[in-house]
Amino acid sequence: MMEILDILVSANFWAAALRIATPLIFGVLGALLCERAGILNLGIEGIFTAGAMAGWMAAWLGAGLWGGVLVAALAGASFGLLHAVLTVPLGLSQHVSGIGVTLFATSLSYYAYRTALPDVTSPPRITAFQPLDIPVLSDLPFLGTVLFQQTALTMLALAMVVVVGFVLYRTPLGLAIRAVGDNPAAVEAQGLSVVVLRMGTVVAGSALMALGGAFLTMSAFDAFFFGMVNGRGWICIALTVFASWRPGKALVGALLFGAFDAFQVRLQTEVGAFVPGQVFLMLPYLLSILALVMVARKADYPRAMLKPYFKGQR
Amino acid sequence: MIRFEPRETVSPFLRVGVPVAAALAALALAALPIMAAGAPVLQAYALMAKGAFGSFFAVSELLSRATPLILTGLAAALAFRARLWNIGGEGQLYAGALAAVAVGSGAISAPPAVMIPLVLLAGAMAGAMMMLVPALLKLRLGADEVVTTLLLNFVVLLFVQMMLEGPMKDPMGMGWPQSEPMADAAMLPKLFDRMRVHAGLIVALVTALLAHILLARTVWGFEIRAVGENQDAARHAGIPVTATFVRVALFSGALAGLAGVGEVAGLKGYLTADLSPGFGYAGIVVAMLAGLSPLGVVVAALFIAGVFVGADSMSRAIGVSNYLADLVVATSLIAVLVSGLFVRFRVRLVGPGRRASAGKDIVA
Repeated sequence: MMEILDILVSANFWAAALRIATPLIFGVLGALLCERAGILNLGIEGIFTAGAMAGWMAAWLGAGLWGGVLVAALAGASFGLLHAVLTVPLGLSQHVSGIGVTLFATSLSYYAYRTALPDVTSPPRITAFQPLDIPVLSDLPFLGTVLFQQTALTMLALAMVVVVGFVLYRTPLGLAIRAVGDNPAAVEAQGLSVVVLRMGTVVAGSALMALGGAFLTMSAFDAFFFGMVNGRGWICIALTVFASWRPGKALVGALLFGAFDAFQVRLQTEVGAFVPGQVFLMLPYLLSILALVMVARKADYPRAMLKPYFKGQR
Repeated sequence: MIRFEPRETVSPFLRVGVPVAAALAALALAALPIMAAGAPVLQAYALMAKGAFGSFFAVSELLSRATPLILTGLAAALAFRARLWNIGGEGQLYAGALAAVAVGSGAISAPPAVMIPLVLLAGAMAGAMMMLVPALLKLRLGADEVVTTLLLNFVVLLFVQMMLEGPMKDPMGMGWPQSEPMADAAMLPKLFDRMRVHAGLIVALVTALLAHILLARTVWGFEIRAVGENQDAARHAGIPVTATFVRVALFSGALAGLAGVGEVAGLKGYLTADLSPGFGYAGIVVAMLAGLSPLGVVVAALFIAGVFVGADSMSRAIGVSNYLADLVVATSLIAVLVSGLFVRFRVRLVGPGRRASAGKDIVA
């Protein structure tokens, strides 16, 4: 029991939790933006993969780390635009389009990787983002380790929580985005374009998702592996419901999830001899299902989510 | 300006022709990634065609690859007909395969006439149970089945890995994580000498026919279609919506489970954690290409199987990555989704001076 407490108060533990949470923060923010505008984006799993591949590839080709991040965001935005075109003006099934975008983005990333690097046996590595070493701040007793010895991308994720929260709740644009997911006809009556608002939000949200993927290849690891996204996108979709579509709660949800994951890794080193490793690997997925089930009854989905809107049609 | 006008009626020619055109368009678009890989495009297509249809062996490969795709395609088609989004075909397939191995690799010994139905039943039931969980979570607790079925895919695969490294590991497997081999009596017979195509194909074809009859000719089928068309209307008409969802979930999971049985009992003879190269996900594409029609699923599965087998063969010959197949499959899903517009709507070019007539039109 004391050992568990020791883990929970250690700065290294929370630093690990935040590290694990980082891609999920990007992913949940992206997903909640899309859904706030009324569009379910199941392309997320593929957009993660595309962001991971494109960002890493750009950095490997010499674009620099931030160049890679930009390329990842652009790749995410492009696949987001595809999903947006299919689901907003064309009003096609968001479920099928999202699965299609995931299959397309994943297979295109794998194909591009294989074509660019046909014969590699071990994936080439880049010099990934290094932990920030901010004078004074990084030396703070607890917070220094948890917050200020992370990489720049984790800082960016935390900043995006604030940015997305501010835009959604403190700007006219955010009001319009929230309204377009609840009552698009009212937005149209205000003289705003539902199509432009929805498409723009899906593109922006998808760019955020791709940053989650970029974190995997450019910060958590320094190479691209097949299957490395491993359901993180789907986990984000579950966490979005858990977070009631709020950026602040998204951060809390992702952190709780990260803490749980970090905890099971430490637990694994304690009891790993008696329990098969796969049991621990299953926990994140089961936890996501549990999180979804817990809030499902009272979940307040954006009211116009999944409902295509056509001007002048009711 | 382009205007979409809803069609009053859809001719059968359009209903069939448009998805075929979409699939062919997706195949044609593969020229771009082939060119990007610096390979000769025409030769690549020729090699793909040869690999898929060029010999008796190629056709046997095509049919054995189509077998699981027909079943996962039916699983998706049936569920989607009721608007139950079962994206968990991959996990249900593995559950079915695991059950087949548990029953068929020595636990019971009986003649084939008993063993084969037993193995099929075990796999179908395991798949059905895998889908029952998300269905009940949806119906009782309101948890979105898309997310739960997707996440369960990962859970099942890890569970299979755990069993293959633990209790179900083959002691004679040289340390590889694989199950003990299926008993000979539990193996589905091969259809031809020295060819891999097996009796699972017959099972898949008969299942497709039964699914067609179920949907088109039975009360249950009518209820499934009614729930899918309009859930509220179905409920008001006295159709048992919850029971229909549970039924569809069980059928759908069982079909995907059968696909797993076919792969271990027809093809491989034992279970490994890389049994399926994504048959569960490809089944969704098969179902959409088929317009969710069970008989169409057979044709669509043959197309997707041809893409996989052809691309594999072409890849071995000229080194273009066989992820090309996944790319074509993904492109055909998007193409058929878009092409649906041409079935439902008449596309008109409208001059700027002409007034839009009906209020129902969509202007894009």
